[in-house]
Order: sequence, then structure tokens, then C-alpha cells
Amino acid sequence: MARLVLMAAVCCAASAFAALAAEDQERAAAARPPAPSLTRPASPVKPAGADGFIQRWLLLDPIRVPGQLTEAAVRSAVEKDFPVMATPLPHDGDTLAVGGSELKWHAVDTTRYNVNLYHFAYALNKPTTNVLFWAVTVVNAPREMSGVRLAIGSNAASVWWVNDVEATALYNDRQAVIDDGVSKRLTLKAGANVVRAAIVNAGGATDFCARFLDANDRPITALTAALPAR
Amino acid sequence: MMSLGSRVSRVVAAAACVLAVPLRALDGQPGLHDPSTVIAENGKYYVYATGNGLPMSISDDGWTWRRAGSVMQAVPGGKPGPAVIARGGNNTWAPDVIRVGDKYFLYYAAPGTQPKAAIGLLVGKTLDPGSPDYTWEDAGPVAWSDGVEDSNAIDPGVFRDPTNGTLWLTYGSYFGYIRLVELNPKTGKRLYPDRKAVDVAINSEASIMIFRDGWYYLLVTHGSCCQGANSSYNIRMGRAKKVTGPFLDNMGVDMLQGGGKLFLGSAGRYIGPGHFGLLDLGDGVQKFSCHYEADLDRGGISVLDIRPLLWRDGWPVAGENAKGGTYAIESARTGTALELAVQGVPVGGFRGRGGRGAPAPAAPAPPPAPIPPQDASQVSANWPAGPGTARMAPYMLQAQQQWTITPVANAGGYPGSPFFKITIAGTDRTLAATPDRELAILPAFTGAPEQLWRIDQLADGTYRLMPKAVPNATEPLALSAVGSSMPTLAKFDPQGDRQRWNMRTP
Repeated sequence: MARLVLMAAVCCAASAFAALAAEDQERAAAARPPAPSLTRPASPVKPAGADGFIQRWLLLDPIRVPGQLTEAAVRSAVEKDFPVMATPLPHDGDTLAVGGSELKWHAVDTTRYNVNLYHFAYALNKPTTNVLFWAVTVVNAPREMSGVRLAIGSNAASVWWVNDVEATALYNDRQAVIDDGVSKRLTLKAGANVVRAAIVNAGGATDFCARFLDANDRPITALTAALPAR
Repeated sequence: MMSLGSRVSRVVAAAACVLAVPLRALDGQPGLHDPSTVIAENGKYYVYATGNGLPMSISDDGWTWRRAGSVMQAVPGGKPGPAVIARGGNNTWAPDVIRVGDKYFLYYAAPGTQPKAAIGLLVGKTLDPGSPDYTWEDAGPVAWSDGVEDSNAIDPGVFRDPTNGTLWLTYGSYFGYIRLVELNPKTGKRLYPDRKAVDVAINSEASIMIFRDGWYYLLVTHGSCCQGANSSYNIRMGRAKKVTGPFLDNMGVDMLQGGGKLFLGSAGRYIGPGHFGLLDLGDGVQKFSCHYEADLDRGGISVLDIRPLLWRDGWPVAGENAKGGTYAIESARTGTALELAVQGVPVGGFRGRGGRGAPAPAAPAPPPAPIPPQDASQVSANWPAGPGTARMAPYMLQAQQQWTITPVANAGGYPGSPFFKITIAGTDRTLAATPDRELAILPAFTGAPEQLWRIDQLADGTYRLMPKAVPNATEPLALSAVGSSMPTLAKFDPQGDRQRWNMRTP
């Protein structure tokens, strides 16, 4: 399993959270029931549901952040403090050293239209409040599709990329609303397209949902999601 | 016989009462947060809210409100019972109340460290704290959340299904689901304590259900509360054919996926509406209550409001209380407008279309100048000095057809609104009810109850206008069109259109 070290560009951010590493490891020791809405992927690909939602993801253990949801604070966390985008595509079980903690990538399928990050973190005995989650998936398109849009909802703030180009973002405290943040028109390549997201939560519930809409704003169901190939 | 001095001072006093006090949401002490449904008992209105012991407010007319202590003052122990506190915590938030049979059931949220919380029940026989029967009995918790499950058991909303008399509770907040459980109408407690709750919505709180024409409507509040003018609170809804859902919004999105058609958001001087409640006054007249997170006219505090509830295309619509201004008052039935019965003058004066057979002018005439609105002072020289007759006629924008409605301070009101005087624009000639159940237009407003008007917006957006009192009348009467040219006062018929009026800005 590949182990990577993420060098935080802002050293004070790293040291501020190093103190919490020990607490996180202690917490991880107590076992909890599995997340009720998530399963381990068993099939090679996961077709988008009838409503087009992408249901297979790699999720990184949550990263402690100050829980500020303004545009400035979210961009700082995502671009400067914990720029996981700069790291290579992960695989299930890979670890990443972040601010003194070993964080792990977990492959999940959601049984619902959304990915419940609260369920994810709670089951792992990880914090759910004042955290940053990173998510990655590979969306396979049967042919080149142009004029499509990424449509997402998130609780709370989030930033999204398709094939390493930023697609859309939402800031401030909010519930996850279907088709809340929508990208400009983009083109999906025939075959693999990498979708990455960073979701920041302050308190309470935390989740996200994502799908692609066609040129008529209808959900595209002919897509499948898979984990990045080794 | 009244002396000149006292008559002058009475007129001055009456005039002072209508000098511009801005029309507020409600009068008196409307400051509160998370109101219950507004409930009436023996002609008084009661509402309960979040706070220490569940603060209570009372109004004699639905317009002017006063604080009246707290509910827990009448509960032995003065706080939630131990079973409620064990399941939740020693807090009292966001109550709701309903009358079932001869009992009142009052539900309230008792959160601990959220999402561990409980909904407690109090049972009483009367809402009137002055009654010897006034007491509230702790009936324990009816729903709760253990801090781990996908729900936060706060914000109860109680609903009686009018089709079969069953009783239901919705509850929940932003953590997880809004849930529905069935209650026993005799006791107010869970009918099936071991049955799982039904999940009906997410991403919301302050849920409540209403019913109309075969549809169950789930109204909830989305957005953020409790940040004054920075609150994004807004009321949204979905509907279902069954009380258990699924509740879909107008785009077909299930409220279980966060769907919800907007009912009311921030507007005017009010930011962050939330906590919908239905107040049905009978005769097809419905109001709704809510709070605003910030009433800018009251320094940004959170206040109660009561407003008309309209219905359009199968969805409830937030109406607005009548505002002062100048209007044409047009019968929805006849299409003719209320006026002072005088010989009207066409706006712009009498003029013909021009002669025929005259030679064509050498150069085209310049376009005629716009005609200004007709002012009463221009045409009222021949109007009667004393009382005039009210009539209806085709609306032609004339001065005797334009009415200014003005809220009157310190004259009482009705749910959501003060009484208004209705005068010919630019004059003090005031519309009044007469003892023989007809109308007169008096030369000046004196503040007598037959000159004060209650203006309720009805479900279809038209208005009902009722005098505060009619001398010798034994039943409430409303402005009515008995024929195309004849207004009168008659008992309100909710099925017909004789007593429905459009108030059009001229």
C-alpha cells in the first residue's frame, strides 16, 4: 500500500493539529457498528442510479480544520493547508500522512443517492465536526459527452474538480440539496474521468451527492463509477 | 350637547390616532421565537414559544399581544418531568398545542446535548391562566432520539387528520430525518409505542402538517435560524395523498431528498420566516402564523406574525395583511367599483373626439400631453356637505372611486392586523355601516366602531371587508354587492362571491 506524506504548505496548520493525532488514534481503538448507508464495493463498477447519482467513492479519513465555511477559509484549507489534490490518485487502503496523523483511503458504495460522511466518520470513530473530507472517484462515460454539467449538493461547503479542472464550489453552512452547485458546460472523455471533491463540515450532519446533467438538464444515467485502477 | 371645544379635541384625538405609526407585524409584545400554532379559546388567542418554562402570550383580538408568564409555572415541579429530562434534557423549546375533545395537548422539545433530545407532553383542560381549572400535567416523553440515531427529536408539530380523527406528531431537525408517529387522541401519547417512526423529510426542522382537499401538506423550515438578520430561515413544503407520505414538492422531489417548494422567504422588512402554524377562523378564512428571525422595524428582534393563507393550484400561498394605501375597491362578482354617489367628471374633463368634415391640418398636431390623475379637490365642489350614499359603478379612475385605507392605532384589531378607516382619497369622507345594515359615507372620521373596518384576505386573494361593529346587528356582517350598482352589508357567505372584493392599486 502506498504511503504518502502530505507536506502542509502552512506549517502552523500542521502543528496545530498534530496535538490531536494522539486523541484520534485513541478514539479509533473503540469499535462501532458499520455505517448504515455504506457498503464495501464488491463489483468492478457501480452504475449510476436511476437518478444518475454517483455511488462509488474513495473517502479519506477526516482532517481536522477550524470549521470555518467562508470562501476564504475553505480555499485556504483545500489549496494551502491540505492540498490533497496535489497528491497522486489513491487506491483503496492507501495512507497519507497529514499533520502527524496517518490517514487512510476507504472505498465505499452508498446505498442511497447521497454519501453520508457522518455515517462514514462515526463508524470509524473519527471526528465529524470541524473536519475536511477528500473524496475521489473515476466516472466512465460510454462515449465523449460534451455540454454536460457536474451537479452536486453538499453539507456543508465543498470544492469539486473534473479531470483536475475545478468545476464548481459551494460555501457557507448549508444542507445538501440535489443539483445545488452546478458547473459550466464541460466535456466528459470517452472512458475514465476523475472526479475529486473536498467537503468541509462545521457541526452536525455532513453528506454530499453528485451526478452529471445532460444538455437538457436531465441526469445522465449511462455512467458508471469505479475506483482508480492500480 | 357637545361643546365646540370638546368636539374639536375629539376630532383632533381621532386624527392623531391615524397619524403615521408604521404598520408593524403585530401590536403589543410580539417578541418570541419558535411559536406554537396559535390557538383560540373563548375568544382569546394563545401562543407558546421557546424559552425558560415555555413563555406564553395572550391576545384578546389576535392583533395586540401581551406576555403572560410561562406554561411551566402551572406544572407541578415547574420543569419537565424526570422521564423527559432523562431522555433529553432540562430545556424547553418550540412547543406546539392542539385541542382534542375536552383536553389540550401541548408538546415541547427538551433537548439534552443534541442530537440527544426528547419531546415532552403536557395535558390541560383550559388555556386560560385565570381559570380555576388551569393546570398542566406532565405526561412524559412521547418521542426521543438517543444521540446516535438519524434524528434529533426537537420541534414537535401535532396534526389531527380531519378525514378520520387520527392524531399525528412530526418532529426532527437538521440532523437526520423529520419523523412521523401516531398518537392516541384520547391521551396524546404514542398509540403504538413500539412501532418505528416514519421518515418523511430531511434538511429541515419546525415541521407541521395541514390538510386540504384530499392532500396532506408537510410544511417545514429550511435554512439557518438564530442569527438575527443573518438568518436564511425559509418555509418550504411538499404534499402527499397519505399522511405517511411520500411528500413531494412541485418539482417531484421527495422531501426525503431535501425537496420543498418555497412557501415564504425573507421579504420587505422581515428576515428569516420559520415555524409555520395554521389558524383556521372558519368560513373559509385561514391565517398562518410564523416568526421572523429579524423584524427590522423592531430593531431586528424575533417576532410573531399572523398573515392570510391563500391557496393557488393546490398549494398554500403566503398572503399579506392589508397595507395602508389608495385602492379601487372592486366587486369580484359584478366588476363594478365602490364609489361615493355623485355625478362623476371624466378624468381630464369633458371632451369629444373632434368634429367631422373639417379640412386636414397643414401639419400634424403634436401628441397630446398625458392627463394627470383626478384629484378630489378638483371635482368635489358639488359633493354633498353631509353624509353621502355608497354606490357601485364602472371604474373610471375618478376621484370619488378611489379609497385610502389607513390603519388606526389603539382601536383594536383582529388576527394579524389593526382596524382600518376607509376614506375617499384626499378627503376625510369615511365609509361607515348604518344601523339599518346599509352603508353611508360620512363627512369625517370620528373613530366610532361602525367606521372601523376589518380587511381579511380570502383564500383566492380577494378580500372580505367587515365593519368592527354594526349598531343593532346580531351577527357579523360584511360588505356585499347585492346588485351591480348597490353595495350593502350581509352575512358572509363563504361559498359565494357577493362579499369578495379586489383591492386594486389605481
